[in-house]
Amino acid sequence: MWHDLGLALLRIVIVFAVALFFVAYLTYLERKIIGHMQVRMGPMRVGPHGLLQPIADGLKLFFKEDIVPTEAYRLTFYFAPILCLVCALVLFAIIPVDKNFMITRLNIGLLYVLSIASVGVMGIILAGWSSGSKYSLLGGLRSAAQMFSYEIFLGFSLIGPLMIAGSLDLVKIVEAQKVPLIVYQPVAFVIYLIAALGEINRVPFDLPEAESELVAGFHTEYSGMKFAYFFLAEYANMLIVSAIATIVFLAGWKGPVLPGWLWFLIKMSIFVFFFIWVRATFPRYRYDQFMGIGWKIMLPLVLANIVVTGIVMMLV
Amino acid sequence: MPYQHISPYVPVLILFVIAVAFGIITLAVAYLVRPRFSYDEKLSPYECGINPLMPAKVRVPIRFFVIILLFLLFDVEAVFMYPWAVMYKKLGIWGFVEMFLFIVILLIGYIYAWVKGALEWE
Repeated sequence: MWHDLGLALLRIVIVFAVALFFVAYLTYLERKIIGHMQVRMGPMRVGPHGLLQPIADGLKLFFKEDIVPTEAYRLTFYFAPILCLVCALVLFAIIPVDKNFMITRLNIGLLYVLSIASVGVMGIILAGWSSGSKYSLLGGLRSAAQMFSYEIFLGFSLIGPLMIAGSLDLVKIVEAQKVPLIVYQPVAFVIYLIAALGEINRVPFDLPEAESELVAGFHTEYSGMKFAYFFLAEYANMLIVSAIATIVFLAGWKGPVLPGWLWFLIKMSIFVFFFIWVRATFPRYRYDQFMGIGWKIMLPLVLANIVVTGIVMMLV
Repeated sequence: MPYQHISPYVPVLILFVIAVAFGIITLAVAYLVRPRFSYDEKLSPYECGINPLMPAKVRVPIRFFVIILLFLLFDVEAVFMYPWAVMYKKLGIWGFVEMFLFIVILLIGYIYAWVKGALEWE
């Protein structure tokens, strides 16, 4: 028993440290990639090629004055960012980086991810509601409608692959794939990516924080470390979404020659790069267009995908 | 490698405790080291520089309520479909027929919502 607990603790410390490191450097990577896409250099001053920039940012936010507006509901105002951060970090528990390396293996894997992710949405809504500012309130309302609706499409798009894989356990899903599932489920894959963009508030769908109309949306009133928590959570969610896409659609750690964990990281970084690339390419959608795409196009498509998958599996 | 003597949920619990501790301790330490120069104007809610006109307790448009209602319906459907999807290969033809009927009923409700204008934003 103590041996198991020790092993679990060791894995948790490794994953926790690596995840936080990745999340911090993801901000650097994003600025650098978008910079180069716009023929700029990106951060260059702090350290060689700006490599120490995330540390400088973290320290700066750590020593910033913490402003709690007088209108805010203090307890909820402090609770919301912590809820966001915890929900994002706890998701790393079941990501299988390799056949044998994950913090724990749950037989309800995907269901765990979806349920914890929907609790994380509450953090953003609470943040918007408790700030006592109109911009925050509007941002919170928008994110409630947006993230709740896109959660449905995210959930539905994973049902097609699940029918083929026949398990919710992430390890079994990977092992069931002789050929990556993206070959059998291209529609589900595309819808998953779009829904994921909406779910993690990335740019074509970043309406809760649309800076040109809502200042900063739900985190208008946040400063210092609490502000940093929202960003840590957002980037951690981006990693999680990419990891789930890798596992469900690209056969996780499987691949020739290279070791499994390296394949996993390579496939995952393809998705991360895609999310950053999209941010540099697309303008923001209008809110009615955005909800229209979801409810009028994506929902019928995913339902059709489930039925067609069912028929094809019945015939083959 | 699975754990032999502990439930697979114990590591999740440990990670949860560590994550909460990380969140609270970092905030607490930051509370000790950061400066405090606050005055009334700085603590008022942001409204583009002018004094806030009304308290931010506006009425919520009914649209959002409708969307949350739809979410409630469809999310329950999605959750209902998960166990079905996992067992699909073993359920055979009747599993498919039953879920097909279920999706048809779902679609009728969906079309009703669309015709009634629940999906429009104007």
